[in-house]
Amino acid sequence: MNTIIFRTVAPLIVAIMLVFSVYICLRGHNEPGGGFIGGLIAASAVAILGMALGPAEARRALRLDPLAIAGFGVFIAGLSGLLSLFTGSPFMTSIWLYLDLGQTTVPLSTPMVFDIGVYLVVFGTIAAISLALESDVEDEP
Amino acid sequence: MGPGLDASIALVAIAPFIAALLAPSVQRFTKPFAGWVLALVPTGIFVFLLSLIDPVLANGAVSARIGWVPAFDLDLSFFVDGLSLTFALTISGIGTMIVLYAGAYLKGHAHLGRFLAFLLAFMGAMLGLVLADNMLALFMFWELTAVTSFLLIGFDHTRQAARRGAIQALVITNIGGMALLAGVVLVQQLTGTWELSAIGDEVRGSGLYGLVLVAFLVAAFTKSAQVPFHFWLPNAMEAPTPVSAFLHSATMVQGGVYLLARTTPWLGGTQVWMVTLVCFGAATLLWGALGAMRQTDLKQMLAQTTIASLGLSVLLIGLGTEAAIAAMVLYFVAHALYKAGLFMAVGAIDHEAGTRDITALSGLADKMPVTFIGAALGCLAMIGLPLTLGYFAKEEMYLGLLDLQGGDIAVLLVLLAGNGLLAGVAMLILVKPFLGPVLPTPKSAHEAPIAMLVGPILLGAGGVVAAVMTDWLGHTILEPGAAAVLGEPVTSHLSLAINPASPLLWLSLATWGLGFLVYRQAAAIRTLLRRFEAGLGWTADTVFDSVMFRLIRFSGSITRMLHHGRLELYLVTVFVMLALALFVPMLLQNGYHVLMPTADLGNWSAMLRWPDLRPYEWGVIVLALVGLGAVLLAPNRLVAIVALGIQGTAVALIFLLFGAPDLAFTQFMVEILSVVILAMVMTRLRLDETDHRQLEDLARDGTLALVCGAGVSLLLMVVLTGDLDTKLSDLFTATSVPIAHGHNIVNVILVDYRGFDTLGEISVVMAAGIAIMALLRRRPKSVVPPIAPPRRRRKVVA
Repeated sequence: MNTIIFRTVAPLIVAIMLVFSVYICLRGHNEPGGGFIGGLIAASAVAILGMALGPAEARRALRLDPLAIAGFGVFIAGLSGLLSLFTGSPFMTSIWLYLDLGQTTVPLSTPMVFDIGVYLVVFGTIAAISLALESDVEDEP
Repeated sequence: MGPGLDASIALVAIAPFIAALLAPSVQRFTKPFAGWVLALVPTGIFVFLLSLIDPVLANGAVSARIGWVPAFDLDLSFFVDGLSLTFALTISGIGTMIVLYAGAYLKGHAHLGRFLAFLLAFMGAMLGLVLADNMLALFMFWELTAVTSFLLIGFDHTRQAARRGAIQALVITNIGGMALLAGVVLVQQLTGTWELSAIGDEVRGSGLYGLVLVAFLVAAFTKSAQVPFHFWLPNAMEAPTPVSAFLHSATMVQGGVYLLARTTPWLGGTQVWMVTLVCFGAATLLWGALGAMRQTDLKQMLAQTTIASLGLSVLLIGLGTEAAIAAMVLYFVAHALYKAGLFMAVGAIDHEAGTRDITALSGLADKMPVTFIGAALGCLAMIGLPLTLGYFAKEEMYLGLLDLQGGDIAVLLVLLAGNGLLAGVAMLILVKPFLGPVLPTPKSAHEAPIAMLVGPILLGAGGVVAAVMTDWLGHTILEPGAAAVLGEPVTSHLSLAINPASPLLWLSLATWGLGFLVYRQAAAIRTLLRRFEAGLGWTADTVFDSVMFRLIRFSGSITRMLHHGRLELYLVTVFVMLALALFVPMLLQNGYHVLMPTADLGNWSAMLRWPDLRPYEWGVIVLALVGLGAVLLAPNRLVAIVALGIQGTAVALIFLLFGAPDLAFTQFMVEILSVVILAMVMTRLRLDETDHRQLEDLARDGTLALVCGAGVSLLLMVVLTGDLDTKLSDLFTATSVPIAHGHNIVNVILVDYRGFDTLGEISVVMAAGIAIMALLRRRPKSVVPPIAPPRRRRKVVA
């Protein structure tokens, strides 16, 4: 499986997949996509990287422990819901902010932050599981 | 009363918990003085409670209320009347001494901070218990005392005896806790209120009175160690001495007595109440008093006398006369003061002399004079000599029985015998260790540090001072305390004068005489009792052990039955349950009508026609069938798993073609990842490549698969034939863009309309991930040991 072609192409594919996953996550509010599917794509990217370069290398590329990323996801998802408490509305009431950049308007919202949280949880958890499974196959310490 | 008072009364119960949280850090900073610093908390509470005496005397009661969980009618409501105040003052007053004492007793112990924290938390729970008005709050504090007591008894958790004592206390008192919860809920259903102070006469008249009574009695009897639940208390003596002095003499075990006194106005007064309480109380009194004679360990002797005293209190509540209740209130204070003091003195002896066996100790009075004075004050109160609180308590007990009606004579005799035995034990504790010739002890005995002496001396002296201030005692403790139980004003008639014409004096003299007799014959009585116990062969303790052992064996066999460790059977169980979940509700809801022919089947072949599908739709169906065939015909497991992916891809394509791109997208990704992860798991499990199932296993699994598949298909068909309620989807379609600013309704539902659900789900995803990681890491690194360890080979090379 670890052919030289795969090993060469894998980082390229992974980079494209990661960018694509972010795109899918962000466009989710209006078109097919969203945090869940984006997270799955990113996790498969990490799994591919693990297969091609070994889980240790993949972990090094991630820099952070994947489960920590998942934990951070739950944290910011919960935090995005808490924000509305400051405006006196119930928990998880969405807040929208339209940033005017001259040419275009960028909508920022708490549901978007929440979706990013979902993305990170799915990404972190699945990546952690697949990397852990791979490292045993390779019999790494 | 203003909100300030509400808050400060609530703080009485809450402040100790806050102090408990801070205790470990306080201990770290103030090392040798931790006890002194932390004792400020109970002292402050004591002083504050003293300031409540006047309002309580003036109004009968002070109440306070703080909303807590309004949705469940759960208020932190407090009700301070004479009874609560007496208990709370005793708890905080003795608590001060105990915290001080504990600081010195466990000086240098690695976990002193933790110990003090438990102690303070217990005190908060106990104060909450006696001050609570809301019955749910009462129950909560009741259970908190059990939990903190568990932590304190098991504090020295490296010793097996301590662990056993802790578990036993927890189990027994929690049986009572459950009974209390049941009783409390029943009472609320009968009266419609959670407030103790608002309960009227509904309970006594109701048909459920018996049930309520049993529930409350079980609660009180387990907590207050009445026969036959008494055996946990002696075992709880495995705790460090400050715990025994505080929890298992003066406070926690009195919780049951308090509960009975508190419920007397609306639960008591009936014939059955009286008979039950008097009988159990009398049995406990005699059992405990005789048990104390059997022991030679000072601490165990005190523990047994505590059981006796608790029985005495229950008996007095059962009698329920004015004099009996007054005696109960006085006896509670007297007993708490002298018993806590005696425990502390015994702890000091143990600490400084290295043993607490009464036969090994003698002549300590010269070496530990202050301890001796403290112990002597306690013992004199226990004997009930004049000028001590114990004397008044005893006089009041006898006073209530002088009419000599009905069973009074029997009760009087029991009281005489019990008090006589207790007096005998007190004389033993006073004389044996302290007077007489000096015996060598494991440690060379010397006086205890001052923090360990303050308690016995102050508590002993307090008993005497209170007794001398007869008017004050009668007016501020006895009258409001007894009035709270009886519901009518009580007049104190305590007097220091000794009247030779009164039969009370002669009864007292008889008690002391009996006590002296017991003291002289102690060794003979002990031998007799031990022979009796040996002849009996079993005790409540051994019964408890065998019940617990059977319980564990029973739950073990249930666990082994359900948790057998055979993976394929787990899967079979899961799928059988799935099939049941699919078919049974449909059967109950009459869902099989879709299978019934709607028209006559005369010309059935004409009704069969090919579904109207486009060619590429046929292509997807063929793909799914190919996938199915590939799974069934796969030569080995890996191929089968990958072939499963064909099936999933076909399903995803169907979603895509029928207008659910989001679903299709997710399905693709899930399919890919699940095939990858499954394949990796399979390699990890080191299974055989091929399937070795027997034919009957294959038949079982195949049938199950077919049944489940048919069930899901049938369910979908049934769902599609019914009318879909489109209220929600209409709402989402209409509001998705204007309110939620999103065109993708699926995503808007996930992150906005149902965001809270999603938050729960992602938390579950992460928790599952953590669990999987734990499972993966648990396995040893390599299952198959390497054939030739590399190190040895290197040696050969060298």
